Amino acid sequence: MVSPSTAANIAAPSASLEFDADVLVIGGGPAGTWAAIAAAGKGAKVVLVDKGFCGSSGATAPSGTGVWYVPPDPVRRSQAMNSRWDLGGRLADPAWMRRVLDQTYQNVNHLAEWGYPFSDDENGNSIRRSLDGPDYMRLMRKRTKAAGVKILDHSPALELLRDETGAVAGAAGIRRQKGDTWLVRAGAVVIATGGCAFLSKALGCNVLTGDGLLLAAELGAELSGMEFSTAYAMALEGGSVTKTRFYEWASFTFEDGTPIPGAASKGGRSVMARVLQTQRVFAQLDKADAETEQAMRYAQPNFFLPLDRAGIDPFRQRFPVTLLLEGTVRGTGGLRIVDNGCATTVSGLYAAGDAATRELICGAFTGGGSHNAAWAMSSGFWAGHSAGEHGLQYRGRGRRYVRAGGVGVADGSGRAIDAATLARAVQDEVHPYDRNYLRSGERLTDSLGRLDGLWSGIRTAQAASFGEAQRTRESVAMLATSRWMYHSALSRTETRGMHKREDYPKKDDNQLHYTTSGGLDDVWIGKQRAPSPELEELAA
Amino acid sequence: MIEVISEDRCTGCNICVSVCPTNVFDITPDGIPVIARQDDCQTCFMCEVYCPDDALYVGPQTTELTGITVAELEAQNLFGSYRMSIGWVRGGRPRPTHEVMKRLEHH
Ligand SMILES: Cc1cc2nc3c(=O)[nH]c(=O)nc-3n(C[C@H](O)[C@H](O)[C@H](O)COP(=O)(O)OP(=O)(O)OC[C@H]3O[C@@H](n4cnc5c(N)ncnc54)[C@H](O)[C@@H]3O)c2cc1C
Ligand code: SF4
Ligand code: SF4
Repeated sequence: MVSPSTAANIAAPSASLEFDADVLVIGGGPAGTWAAIAAAGKGAKVVLVDKGFCGSSGATAPSGTGVWYVPPDPVRRSQAMNSRWDLGGRLADPAWMRRVLDQTYQNVNHLAEWGYPFSDDENGNSIRRSLDGPDYMRLMRKRTKAAGVKILDHSPALELLRDETGAVAGAAGIRRQKGDTWLVRAGAVVIATGGCAFLSKALGCNVLTGDGLLLAAELGAELSGMEFSTAYAMALEGGSVTKTRFYEWASFTFEDGTPIPGAASKGGRSVMARVLQTQRVFAQLDKADAETEQAMRYAQPNFFLPLDRAGIDPFRQRFPVTLLLEGTVRGTGGLRIVDNGCATTVSGLYAAGDAATRELICGAFTGGGSHNAAWAMSSGFWAGHSAGEHGLQYRGRGRRYVRAGGVGVADGSGRAIDAATLARAVQDEVHPYDRNYLRSGERLTDSLGRLDGLWSGIRTAQAASFGEAQRTRESVAMLATSRWMYHSALSRTETRGMHKREDYPKKDDNQLHYTTSGGLDDVWIGKQRAPSPELEELAA
Repeated sequence: MIEVISEDRCTGCNICVSVCPTNVFDITPDGIPVIARQDDCQTCFMCEVYCPDDALYVGPQTTELTGITVAELEAQNLFGSYRMSIGWVRGGRPRPTHEVMKRLEHH
């Protein structure tokens, strides 16, 4: 056990390494680093913890992202807002889209001031619509440190702390390379732990197991849009690099070389998912000429990395592809946001990036390709600001600190969780295309029977050892996330955006709502009305 | 999956131990880290990008190993090839002309 919650340390929980801070940021991807910098800018003392290494960990660092960067020109802005409006099933909120476009524009311009190496177009204007992950996140780590933020790497948060009023009061975890524990008492906490991709090995995603969702839910936080969690991305069979854009230049074929009718990376991915259930799918980038190839190789070197190393020439050879689950990373569900400062329903607790719902700007459609990156930097910035203000109010105030962690971290009846077996059991329900990508009420109910059963089985269990503490909490978080996902999916009896129900193949405009969810032993489902769509404006 | 640390190239700086998001490497008393938890490798290539001495090689598949050797990697000039392609080398990476880059737009 990590640190048993005996009566003594319930009164004053302790660890090998302790800090008092105004703000604790959990997760050091784009959302977390922007949050930390913004909070420090308010004069707050900030600690940032990352499970991996702030700068190389998370979905952005190894990949690189297109960003929703649109200059403040009314025509271009309204085009941008319209681009995914219908795809997103009209669940996005125009007011939030506008805010995110404004904030993203400012933040990306900051990156230029900080020395990010944008290149110029033929007129000498710098092109700011995309960021290379390694460069972007190396710069963000540098700026975070320069802002005076204390960074703890390889220090996964395992549980939150709360005070006597139920407000969040910090967090505790382990330093896995030191073999000891940390604890941060803080006036405010930002959850920036990214989404949940269920250990699919999609690029950079194996650190993203829904930990922040579990931690927040243990304090009573609510989720939203968890049915929009069916993002699957294309990769070389057996590979990890889920860069999908260049497959727009591909033809897709069966093993024998005949074309797969209707298969496409955009708008034809479910065709591929169906085929992949029984046979292999092959791709060839035969719609690209030599100059396009040159541009592609420059724009996304990592797309070609596994292909080159496997000895495949993707322009001249057919190669097998697969679809890897990215869950809520390129999906849109996450913690529910209740105000412009990205507060959750728990006092002092804020959410940013993929850990928060992105329905506000994407609706029911994927946030990949531009929106998620914009959301991460904007929501991170706002969450950091408000957490800074909130956290500063607690300076010098006496509080009682209580560990808030549940399954796998709190004292239990003594039975140990087999973390690897639990993770596999969850994967068996959420990875298969015919359960998650192409959903049906019957199959969701069937999976939920087992997933809810797994939860009942571990309710009072704990980690097998200190060394298993992180894995155990990851498995528990994946299990909790899968249950919010499938309970939400079962309640939405229609097909909207990425949520596809075979038993309800049509859109039902009586379901223009956000599905809220929460709870651990008993998962609950609720509804929030989606904002009134400003049709006149969006029709522009 | 991470496959190779070249003992000839590695200077024991332990940067890979720090930057690997899934904690695959362990430090050792003799200076050259070991691949201690290969199965945890998520094939993100970050260790290769950060290794200042181009001493690491990550294979293209997440579960299958290629069995490639240090000598073969040297002969094929594969050490440091990814770092070079993203421009983390002196002089950065050469950019094609704007006309060529425009090919990717409006597709
Ligand atoms: C291959 C790929 C390509 C993409 N391309 C695009 C694109 O072109 N455009 C776009 O808009 N979006 C894109 N996305 C999505 C985009 O990468 C994410 O939206 C973005 O990374 C979210 O930032 P984040 O900070 O919320 O999460 P992340 O960048 O995933 O960072 C989360 C961090 O939290 C840490 N963490 C997790 N759990 C814990 C814990 N318990 N304790 C401490 N730390 C923890 C992790 O180690 C990680 O560093 C892509 C995603 C993938 C996978
Ligand atoms: S980063 Fe490279 S040089 Fe440094 S210890 Fe690792 S392998 Fe050796
Ligand atoms: S490829 Fe990524 S996960 Fe694998 S060892 Fe290198 S840094 Fe670690």
